[in-house]
Amino acid sequence: MAARTTPRPRPRPANVRRARRRHAADAGLLFAAAAFVLPLAWVVLSSLDPHAGLKVKVPDGVTLDNFDAVLEPDITFTPLLNSLVLCGGATLLTVVCAALAAYPLSRFRSRLNRPFLLTILFATSLPITAIMVPVYALFVQVDLIDTMHGTIFFFAASQLPFAVWLMKNFMDGVPKELEEAAWTDGASSFQSLLRIVLPLMGPGVGVVTVFAFVMMWGNFFVPFMLLLSPDRMPASVSINDFFGNRGTVVYGQLAAFSIIYSTPVILLYVLVARRLGGGFALGGAVKG
Amino acid sequence: MSVTRREAGPGARGAGAGAGGGRPPLLRTLARALPVSPALVLLVLFLAGPIAYCAYIAFTDLQLTGQAESSFNGLDNFRTAFADEAFLNAVWLTLVFTVLSSLVGQNTLGLALAALMQRASKPVRTLTGGIVVTAWVLPEVVAGFLLYAFFRREGTLNAVLDWLRLPSQNWLFTLPILAVSFANVWRGTAFSMLVYSAALNEIPKEITEAAEVDGAGGWRRMWHITLPMIRRSIGTNLMLNTLQTLSVFGLIWVMTRGGPGNRSQTLPLFMYEQAFQKSMIGYGTAVALLLLVVGSLFSLVYLRLLRTEV
Repeated sequence: MAARTTPRPRPRPANVRRARRRHAADAGLLFAAAAFVLPLAWVVLSSLDPHAGLKVKVPDGVTLDNFDAVLEPDITFTPLLNSLVLCGGATLLTVVCAALAAYPLSRFRSRLNRPFLLTILFATSLPITAIMVPVYALFVQVDLIDTMHGTIFFFAASQLPFAVWLMKNFMDGVPKELEEAAWTDGASSFQSLLRIVLPLMGPGVGVVTVFAFVMMWGNFFVPFMLLLSPDRMPASVSINDFFGNRGTVVYGQLAAFSIIYSTPVILLYVLVARRLGGGFALGGAVKG
Repeated sequence: MSVTRREAGPGARGAGAGAGGGRPPLLRTLARALPVSPALVLLVLFLAGPIAYCAYIAFTDLQLTGQAESSFNGLDNFRTAFADEAFLNAVWLTLVFTVLSSLVGQNTLGLALAALMQRASKPVRTLTGGIVVTAWVLPEVVAGFLLYAFFRREGTLNAVLDWLRLPSQNWLFTLPILAVSFANVWRGTAFSMLVYSAALNEIPKEITEAAEVDGAGGWRRMWHITLPMIRRSIGTNLMLNTLQTLSVFGLIWVMTRGGPGNRSQTLPLFMYEQAFQKSMIGYGTAVALLLLVVGSLFSLVYLRLLRTEV
């Protein structure tokens, strides 16, 4: 490389070159941002537009009528409550089971740890979509079909592998010495997990909780398959009623409902990203 | 703690109590494994159980209605599948969808965005990052609706094309698989972008600067230095993207229902149609099992990539 002798006619100062390069990068990113923002702009503008259509346009006057129209018990509140019960229940179950399971995996050495963790890691990347047909058939046989608790159990099981894996990695970061003091004072493992380890890994538990909740909140296929009664449907399934069942599609209301339904997960994401210093915790966690 | 312990026998995760010393090692092992049991029970009942059941009913002619009991029919379902035009069509479309949206789209675009972000000014970086990540955080079905509106004949894409005086068309009818692939790129690029941003941040500045001093241009630096240094992240990212893309259902369901005809019917949608609209649970499950096997193979490769870290 050093042998290259092509003479540069006019060596530009490094800072000029760097500034140019930055402008080029800015332009490239802004172009990508413009392409990505169009669908998002549609949902925001249409929700405020009394005559919303399918394309992005400046609203014909700003109104909250669309929000008013969808804020009805059977359109918004029941589905959101169902979502909350399903995802909240399943998240709680996932986090409790994952924390308990991660403790011995992180604290005690055993020959079973490695095979267990490898199996867990293998399960994190299995396509859950593929097993939904057999799950449906199984749930029909054991009478769990169309029940909230059945769906909660399945949700929790499907999120558990990743939750255990994340939780174990976060728990490895809490030094053992802190616990040893408690053990000498006669605390049991359970007490030291509850009083010492979990409080020290608060952000980690937060990430696991938010991640599990966000994944379930957005999940369409699982409740679509396992629940049948319209009054049990979470928002991810009921949103489809805007098509078909109610005659012509009122796009403004669809957009308004989309915003209401998406807001919790966006807020949770922002919360986690902030707490963890803007850096991306999940991407890092996925790397191992 | 220095613990020397005997290995627990098979099925050792059972009852036991406390975690004190001074007990026989086997009992202590049992006691320590106890907290794993709730997770283990859930995983066995609701994950391993269905997978085993899947492997069983894939070889039967189970149907949704009108049949008292199913019977074992060996490899019939798989023979039917490989002779079924619709199945082969679904395999082909799944391949197109995965290659276009995951390998080419999300991966390359994610890397490009991450590389640009290394150089861009902070406000632009924050703005673009925020927009791309929002697309990713949105629930799958909402993303489906947004892109349905975007690609419809009266939608935004055609409005933009008109404005640029380019020919417009009904994308969801003429090129449905391309439309859903773009939708998946829109939704999934953020993940690759975040993985690559983290990876690029870990490359020491001295190395790229040294190469710059030696006169290596942008592309050469990318090819000879940056890419080799982040190859592990590339492998991980490709695996996870592919696995995620293989199981996309909601996005395509909302946008096209697999149609028109079956021109955007990937394997998950095909499986759903066979099992529920045509009531052939056995056949649908056979397709599911194939999907599961392909997913498992990818998953094993992924494990090998992470091998050193467990």
